[in-house]
Amino acid sequence: MSDQKHLTQEQTKDIDENIAWASINADVLRSMENPRRGYWVAMAVSVCLFGIMIYAEVYQYMYGMGAALLNTSHMWDLYISTFVFWIGMSHSGTLLSAILHLVHADWRKPIYRFAEAMTTFSLMTAGIFPVIHLGRVWNFYWVMPYMTDRGLWPNFRSPLIWDAFAITAYLTSSVLFLYIGMIPDLAICRDNAKGWRKTLYSWLSLGWRGDDRQWRNFRFTYLMIACFLIPLAVSVHSIVSMDFAMSIMPGWHVTTFPPYFVAGALYSGCAAIITLFILLRYFFKFEHYMTFPILDKVCKLTFVIAMVWTYLNLVEFASVWYGHDIPSKEVLIAKATGPYSPFFWGMMTFGSVLPFSLLFKWVRRNMYVLFFASIFLNVGMWLERWMIVTPTLSLGYHPQAFNVMWPGWTEWAMVGGSFGWFGMLFLIFVKVFPCVSMYEVKEMVFHRKRTIYDDVDEMMTLHSGVPGPKAQTQNSGGA
Amino acid sequence: MAGSSKKTVAKTRRVLGLFGDFDQAFEVIAGIRRYQVPGLTVDDVTLKSPIEHPEIEDVLGERPTDIPKFAFWGGLFGLVFGFFFLAGAQATFLVQPQGGKPVITIPSNVVLAYEMMILFGVLTTLAGFIIGARLMRRSSGLYDTAISVDQIGIVIEVSDKQYQPLTDLFKKHNVIEMHEEALS
Repeated sequence: MSDQKHLTQEQTKDIDENIAWASINADVLRSMENPRRGYWVAMAVSVCLFGIMIYAEVYQYMYGMGAALLNTSHMWDLYISTFVFWIGMSHSGTLLSAILHLVHADWRKPIYRFAEAMTTFSLMTAGIFPVIHLGRVWNFYWVMPYMTDRGLWPNFRSPLIWDAFAITAYLTSSVLFLYIGMIPDLAICRDNAKGWRKTLYSWLSLGWRGDDRQWRNFRFTYLMIACFLIPLAVSVHSIVSMDFAMSIMPGWHVTTFPPYFVAGALYSGCAAIITLFILLRYFFKFEHYMTFPILDKVCKLTFVIAMVWTYLNLVEFASVWYGHDIPSKEVLIAKATGPYSPFFWGMMTFGSVLPFSLLFKWVRRNMYVLFFASIFLNVGMWLERWMIVTPTLSLGYHPQAFNVMWPGWTEWAMVGGSFGWFGMLFLIFVKVFPCVSMYEVKEMVFHRKRTIYDDVDEMMTLHSGVPGPKAQTQNSGGA
Repeated sequence: MAGSSKKTVAKTRRVLGLFGDFDQAFEVIAGIRRYQVPGLTVDDVTLKSPIEHPEIEDVLGERPTDIPKFAFWGGLFGLVFGFFFLAGAQATFLVQPQGGKPVITIPSNVVLAYEMMILFGVLTTLAGFIIGARLMRRSSGLYDTAISVDQIGIVIEVSDKQYQPLTDLFKKHNVIEMHEEALS
């Protein structure tokens, strides 16, 4: 009963400092064996969506890009919009994990693993959209910088090549950051696993034994890679924004695009962290680790980033409105009043108004409300990417190319299927690898308990001469 | 002379002591530092723990790591190599019209060289980690799975003469379990 009370919405501590280390191992290892039924339902939905995507892709191979209703001016549409969305989604995991690690925000420890995994799989999802959009997917390797038999290299002046470099660097670094942070936990898995899992974890843990030498090098390595990742993550989404900003299309050639894209990326990533936090907490019964106070902090962070994004949005609108670029102004007016206006206002409502709900404590402490709110925040962010791409393409500089375009079913199937692909990869990951960092939760418990006890001891001895709880525990022979 | 002194301190076995508490392990190492086991120093000690304990360096002393050097040189290599790789590739474009633009374009190369600096920095940091932490090596069989749960292990190589004082020190600080293996 007291345990239940401890897990209620009134809980104030990020984590229970008295939790036994053995039970941390047991809880996390159990989660990899016996998830709730909801896990399998989510997996089935993901596989179905992915199946639809495969069907749509095969259909598009057979009948060409016209099946997606792409045409001369609308050559990208949802494929590039969704690409940007998934790149954005990838940002919060690694970037926030690295920043919070550098500033010693220890509440990140129970949740950073799945956030980093989200980064990796979002990037893997994003990466398939440029390939799909190529039409001739078998030629995707032409973007790689190698010399062909004709002595040609890719055009290094093109932001699309910058994308290929940046995403390759980011994906590699993010995977390594995720993997290195997981090595001590893989050793725990190795020590407790049997069969194929033991073989897998033995290989992946690289012979980790928890030596002081290993921990010392681990500390520096993790810190160094975190330092590398922060500027990298910022540069990646800045470069993605240059796909648009380096062009002269009205509405795209905007100086504020790089910070606007970075803020949008962080925003959608934070909203996705909330969604996945709630799902994993339910699937794996992680109430002791993914606690309300931690969720509360993530919500506040999301709100702050939402306000930054809203500000940059308004700056962009104001620059266009008060500028002398008539085509850009026409695109802006068309967004607000033209055929795409419901989606534009949907973006503004979900992206800028809905976050204010996070100011209410009852919203932040209600899993059901928060789950749907986080989904709608991301709907808003997806609409944002669509509203960047399509209205501009429908109103370029050439009146003969003015046309309103609605995506075809293959495009919608690809968009839906990308969620299936992401969900499938993510759910497999959390079933095979520990999605809560066991050793870091132990560190969190150890240091918090030690700090609290040391402070209390010091203060009690200083002011009253009475020994504090740590001294009392030691005197009574307790652990 | 040097050979005979080596013989007197020849290590014959490797001992692992398991402790339930970091403070106990800390005290054992502090005892070794105070020469409570003749001939042993903290340089002979390896601490195995389920979490990182940077505070152990108070008794073990600061042990250097080369990770920052790997990161620095890797990043520098990535930057320089990246720029010259791109410039070399662009130089092969001489046969094609450049439209009045320079053959080697500094702004775009800076962007790409920056990405390669980070990529190579991360890769060499990983290499430094594997080398520095002595991963992927055949290691001693002295290990207990309790270390990955909640116990602290101290591993020391000792001679026959040092064995008894060491076990006494371990017991004084409530060692839970001891394992040992002969050194070949």
